[in-house]
Amino acid sequence: MKTVLEMANQLKNKEVSSLELVESYLKRIHDVEQHVNAFLHMDEEAIKTQAKSIDQRRARGEELSAFAGIPISIKDNICTKDIRTTCASKMLENFVPPYNATVINKIQSKDMILFGKLNMDEFAMGSSTENSAFKITRNPWNLDYVPGGSSGGSAAAVAAMMTPLALGSDTGGSIRQPASYCGVVGLKPTYGRVSRFGLVAFASSLDQIGPLGQNVEDVALAMNVIGGHDAMDSTSAPVDSLDYTAKLKESLKGKRIGLPIEFFGDGINVEVKDAVLAAAKEYENLGAIVEEVRFDLSNLSLPAYYLISSAEASSNLARYDGIKYGYRTPEFENLLDLYQKTRDEAFGKEVKRRIMLGTYALSSGYYDAYYKKAQQVRTLIKQEFDQLFEKYDVLLTPTGPTTAFKVGAKTNNPVEMYLTDICTVPINIAGVPAISINCGYDQKGLPIGLQLIGKAFDEQTILNFAYQYEQHANVDKRTVTIG
Amino acid sequence: MKITKDQVEHVAHLARLSLTEEEKVQMTKDMEMILEFADQINEYTFEDVNATAHVIPINNVFRDDEVSPSMNRDVLLSNAPSKENGCYTVPKVVE
Repeated sequence: MKTVLEMANQLKNKEVSSLELVESYLKRIHDVEQHVNAFLHMDEEAIKTQAKSIDQRRARGEELSAFAGIPISIKDNICTKDIRTTCASKMLENFVPPYNATVINKIQSKDMILFGKLNMDEFAMGSSTENSAFKITRNPWNLDYVPGGSSGGSAAAVAAMMTPLALGSDTGGSIRQPASYCGVVGLKPTYGRVSRFGLVAFASSLDQIGPLGQNVEDVALAMNVIGGHDAMDSTSAPVDSLDYTAKLKESLKGKRIGLPIEFFGDGINVEVKDAVLAAAKEYENLGAIVEEVRFDLSNLSLPAYYLISSAEASSNLARYDGIKYGYRTPEFENLLDLYQKTRDEAFGKEVKRRIMLGTYALSSGYYDAYYKKAQQVRTLIKQEFDQLFEKYDVLLTPTGPTTAFKVGAKTNNPVEMYLTDICTVPINIAGVPAISINCGYDQKGLPIGLQLIGKAFDEQTILNFAYQYEQHANVDKRTVTIG
Repeated sequence: MKITKDQVEHVAHLARLSLTEEEKVQMTKDMEMILEFADQINEYTFEDVNATAHVIPINNVFRDDEVSPSMNRDVLLSNAPSKENGCYTVPKVVE
């Protein structure tokens, strides 16, 4: 499996053509996609046409971006002009955006090849990709297991080596949790780091686009493409973009890791806990100082998260009214009937559940007890992170309390499904960046992920810690076999 | 937290959802379960804590008031489920 830099060099030196590169990925897709079901749509002819055009420009001696010809696949909640963007929902089954998300413009300006649109939980609500209205994506490590979610298509496609890079979105763990379940690298950048313009909104104060890849350097390089301020997104942070690869090789000597003990307690699977604690030892071997710390309000993160995210979702999803775009019920008697039937017929079970919960939390009489209180919890959690980062460079936790679970195992109990996000949601609540990387396998052979959490706008430090572990730690490196 | 069918119907109406009888029964159970979980935050009282709606310190984002072209109307209407003469069509709302 080649890294992005290796591919870029081969393309630049004309050892491989863009067309050959995309054909090798398309061949892999033909071999394994029937088992994994990661993609919702893909236009092979358009991919080959773009690759040929890049080859011709290169042959003419045109100066191309270092990323020209590198494939990248996109979660299907990121708008792609003239290419269907469905959010894995019947509501948007035929929605063809008339514009590109800012990240897509950035990818295209580097002549990266837009490879296909990836499956997800409907409107990014879910933790297993089983809430897709169209298909169930399987975990490439064991097809009986879920890939995680909501960016399950993104993680599975990278793990199955059908695409070197993918974009996902992360509202409460939707990049990191599937990255962990599928044994790949997934980064949730600081809130505001990557433009959300053209990302179909779920919970606007929490959503963030980020990259998934086979290794840390690839993910850092993808951040170089997609990061930066955007006037089209008023929540985009007005900070300079930077080179996310710049600090990868820095020594960890004397750097400090906090180990929040609440993330290693009840409910965390023993194999996961042991693997992450073993990683902490590896960090000590690399010269870092590891100390246990307290994270007092961690138990309130998940309830606060589900209240805030559902409240924002109920208001964001009010736009699906059957009038401006998306599905409209064929038969109705009046406007109210049109609204209700449209929404009833086109939203799936989990989306309805979140809309109901959010509407309830915002409704008269409950606002103070739920929504406002959850926003207060948010303040306290942010303060806890701020205090910890005065003393520590990063925090180290498991990415999820368990490894992947079997398809169907949690579909009847929403709270049990929500609990899979318990280690990832505090990060979104505070808006800080975090990365998930593989740190071993359980006895069933399923990947275990560790999470490194950093200060706001300090992705470089978590990438540094992730890279050093990946390069130097003694983890067994396995490759996936499918079918 | 006890949730009644009336409450489910009220919230569904606010959210412009018309659930089937079966969905209402299931939703009542699910909301009870989720709210019982969410109620953990009500075991604490926070007197002097501000609510945070936005985690990074940005407010009042302004830009220069410059005229720039808007998107073409037909393009924007291309996804409308029903349209006529460059407008969205909706059921009659005023008698």
